Amino acid sequence: MGKRVLIADDEPNIVASLEFLMEQAGFEVRVAANGEQALELAASFRPDLVLLDIMLPKRSGYEVCQRLKSDPATRDMKVVMVSAKGRDVEVAKGVELGADAYVVKPFSTRELVAKVREMLASP
Amino acid sequence: MSRTALRAVFAAVALTLVVLAGAAFVLWADLEPTERSALAAVLTQPRVGLLVLFVVVLAAGIALYVRRLLAVTVGPAQRIAEALRLIAQANPAHRTREEGAPELQAVARAVNELAEARSRLLHDVEATVHDAKARVEEERNRLAALVSELDQSVLVCNHEGRILLYNAAAQGLLGGADAGARADLLGLGRSVFGVLDRGLIQHAIEAMEGQIARLERESVHFVTATRDGRLLRVQAAPVLNVGEGLAGSGEPDRGRAANAALTGYVLLLSDVTESIDADAKSVGLLQGLVEGTRAALANIRAAIENVTEHPEMDAARRARFGAIIQDEAVRLSDRLNLATAQAAERLRARWPLEEMRGEDLLTLARARIERRAGLSTKLESVDPELWLRVDSFSLAQALSYLARRLKDEFAVREVRFRLLPVGGHAQLDVLWRGAPLAPETAFAWENDAFTHGGEDSPLSLAQVVERHGGEAWYQRDLPAQIAYFRLLLPLGAQRADARARAKLPGRPEFYDFDLFQRSPATDALDERPLTDLAYTVIDTETTGLNPAEGDEIIAIGAVRIVNGRLLRGETFESLVDPQRHLGEASIAVHGITPEMLAGQPTIDEVLPRFHRFAEETVLVGHNAAFDMRFLQLKEARTGVRFDQPVLDTLLLSAVVHPAQPSHGLEEIASRLSVDVVGRHTALGDAVTAAGVFLRLLPLLAERGIRTLGEARVAAEKTYYARLKY
Repeated sequence: MGKRVLIADDEPNIVASLEFLMEQAGFEVRVAANGEQALELAASFRPDLVLLDIMLPKRSGYEVCQRLKSDPATRDMKVVMVSAKGRDVEVAKGVELGADAYVVKPFSTRELVAKVREMLASP
Repeated sequence: MSRTALRAVFAAVALTLVVLAGAAFVLWADLEPTERSALAAVLTQPRVGLLVLFVVVLAAGIALYVRRLLAVTVGPAQRIAEALRLIAQANPAHRTREEGAPELQAVARAVNELAEARSRLLHDVEATVHDAKARVEEERNRLAALVSELDQSVLVCNHEGRILLYNAAAQGLLGGADAGARADLLGLGRSVFGVLDRGLIQHAIEAMEGQIARLERESVHFVTATRDGRLLRVQAAPVLNVGEGLAGSGEPDRGRAANAALTGYVLLLSDVTESIDADAKSVGLLQGLVEGTRAALANIRAAIENVTEHPEMDAARRARFGAIIQDEAVRLSDRLNLATAQAAERLRARWPLEEMRGEDLLTLARARIERRAGLSTKLESVDPELWLRVDSFSLAQALSYLARRLKDEFAVREVRFRLLPVGGHAQLDVLWRGAPLAPETAFAWENDAFTHGGEDSPLSLAQVVERHGGEAWYQRDLPAQIAYFRLLLPLGAQRADARARAKLPGRPEFYDFDLFQRSPATDALDERPLTDLAYTVIDTETTGLNPAEGDEIIAIGAVRIVNGRLLRGETFESLVDPQRHLGEASIAVHGITPEMLAGQPTIDEVLPRFHRFAEETVLVGHNAAFDMRFLQLKEARTGVRFDQPVLDTLLLSAVVHPAQPSHGLEEIASRLSVDVVGRHTALGDAVTAAGVFLRLLPLLAERGIRTLGEARVAAEKTYYARLKY
C-alpha cells in the first residue's frame, strides 16, 4: 500500500527535487515549510517517514524530532534528518535525539531513495 | 711596681730630702757662729739620731703615699688604655674593670658604655647587611623562578655571547631533538653561537647599539632557523651597564645614556614553525576550495545554460550535458567533504581554550555550584585519564546556571555528573532525579542568558557550547526517572611532560649573573684561578679494567661546574653499546646488563656528543687517568681528541690529606661530608666526584694551591701519581 512521506524543509530548491524524487518513487508526499507546520502535518497526515531538515523556522529539526519520538502517537514514524549541518557533534546530537538516519547535504538522490525504501520496508 | 711608679716614688723622696737638706743648709748658713755652736750643742747624738729617724719616716711616708696615689691613677689609666686598644682592635666584647680613683672609675664606666654602644652598632650593621643580602638573594630566586617557568623561551647573554641565564622553555626549544643531545648545546657559560647563527646575532647587536646611540627604543626582531630546520622568531633587547636599561626611563639622561654600553642582551624566542605552517596550510586549503568550486560551477552553469537556451538540442547531446552536470556536482561534493575533513582541525572556537583534566573541571564546577547555587553534587562516573580543551570558567558558569535553575524552578536538590570519552569527544552529563523538563523548557533554557540562573554573564549554554565547537541537548530516561543535559566537548591532548625534567633531585640551576663580570680569558689556562674555570666532571663505567686489552666503555656520565657551582640541570648521560661481551664480574659492580645495552648508540656516536658537551672546560674525574686512557684509545676510531687539561680528585685528595690511607671515592666523600648519589652509576659517581672536587678547592687554597697550573704540579708529585695506566 502507498507509503506516506512528509518533507520538512524551508528551501524551495531542494523541496522541489525531494518532492519529485519521492513522488517518482511512488510515495504520497506532503511538504511543511517550518517546524510548527511539520508537527501539525505529522499529526494530521500521519506520514510513515519524515525527511526533516534541521535549520527550520519556528522550531528546529532537533526539536521536531525529539517531539515526534517522545509522543507515543508519532513514535513509530521514521525520521531521516537531511541537513547541511555536517559536523560529527551535530550528527551525534541528531542520532541521540532519535533520528533513524542522518543524511548530510549534498547527497546522492539514488542513495536517498534506496535508504527511504529500505527504512519503509522494515517494521 | 712599674718603672713609672718607681721613678715617681724615687723622685718624690728625693725631692723631699733635697728640700729638707736645702732648708737645713739655709738655716745653718743664716745662723750666727754663736747660734751655730749653740745648735751644735743641742744636737747631741741621740737627738741627731732622732732627727734622722724622723727624716726616714717622713721619706717612707711620702713614698707610700705617692705609691698609693699612683696605684689609683697610673695603673688603672694604663689598663684603661690597654682595654681600649683591645676593644678597638681585637675583641669588641671586652670590658674594662672600674677601679682606682673615682675619676678614673668614671672614665672606665664611660669606656665600657662606649664599647657597648659600639658593639650594638656593629651588630646592627651586620644584621642590616645580612638582611640586604637575603633580600637580594630572594629577589634573584624569584626572578629565576619566574623566568624559568615562563612559557616563552628566554636567553640572557653577556656581550661575548656567553649564556648566563636560560629557562626550561628555552632548553626545550633549543636543546635539540633527542634527549641525549639536549644538554650539549645549551648551558651556563656556553657560547650562544652554538645554538644560534653568529652572523645574525652580530647583526642584532649592531642594530641594538645603533638604537642606543640614537636613544631609540624599538625592539629588534629577526627570524632564524635552528639546526634541525625549525623557524624561530627572536626578539632581542639590550642590557646596559649604566644600571638602567632604556626600558622604563621616559626621557633618558642624554649624556649618560649616550655613554651606556651594551654589556649583554636578552633574547626571547618563539617557535613559529607551526603557526607559519598552519597559516600556509589554511590559505592553501581555502584557495584550493575556491578555485575548484569556480571551475565546477562554471562547468555546471555552462552546461545547464546550453540546455535551457537550446530546447531543440538533440537527445544525445542533452544527455551528455546532463552527464556533465551530474559529474561536476559529484566531484564538487567530494571536494567539499575532503576540505571539511582537512579543515576540521582549523575550525577552532573564537576564544582561546586551555587543556584541562576533566576531573579538575568538575571539581571547579562542583565548588561553584555548591557555593553559589547551594545544591549538593556527586560524581557518578568520571574517566580519570580524560583531558578536555575548554574555557573552564564559562563552562563552570554554564553548569552552575543549570543547577541553579533546576533548584529554583523544580526544587531539585542534587545533581550528578558523568564524564566519559565517547566517539572522539568528551561527553559530560548533568543528571538529576525527579521532575523531568518538557523538551520546550529545556530548549528555552539552552538559549537563555546565564543571568536567569544566578550567574552574571550574558552568554547562553548554546553559545558557550558552540564556542567549544561542541553540542548540547536535553534527554530524559522516563522509566529510570532521571533526566540530563548532555554536553559534547572537545577532547584535549593528554599532556606528556613536554618540558625537560631535571634528572637529579634539586632545583636545576638556570642562571649565573656573575658571568656578566667575566672578561675574555687573557691568561693562559694554567694561570687562571681554579675558582674561575668551568669544569666537566666525568665518570665512566666499563666492561673491565684493561683498556689496552679490549675493555670498552659502557656508560659515560658527566656534570658541569661553572663559577664554583654544580649545575644539576646540565648533565650528560649515555649508555654505550660496547659491541663485545660483558663479563659477570663487571655486571656485579655496576649493575648494567647486556639487555640494557642492546640498542644503545655506539662509542662512535656518543664520544663526539660528549666532546661537544665538555668543550672549553677542564676535565675532572676520580682516578681520571683510568677514564682518560679509555677515551684516548678511541681517538683514532672516532676522530675525537680530548686535549683539555685534566684534574684527578684522587690525586688532589692525596695532596690535601697525604696521611690518609684511603682515597677511594666513598671514603673521600665521607671525609668531606659529600652525599653519595647513585653509587656505581656513571652520572651518580660524576656528581659525587664533583661535590668532592668543590670541597677540595678551599682545602687546596689553604695549602697555597690556587691556580690550575699549581694544582697540576702538586697532583703530579703525589705518590699515587706514580701509578700509571
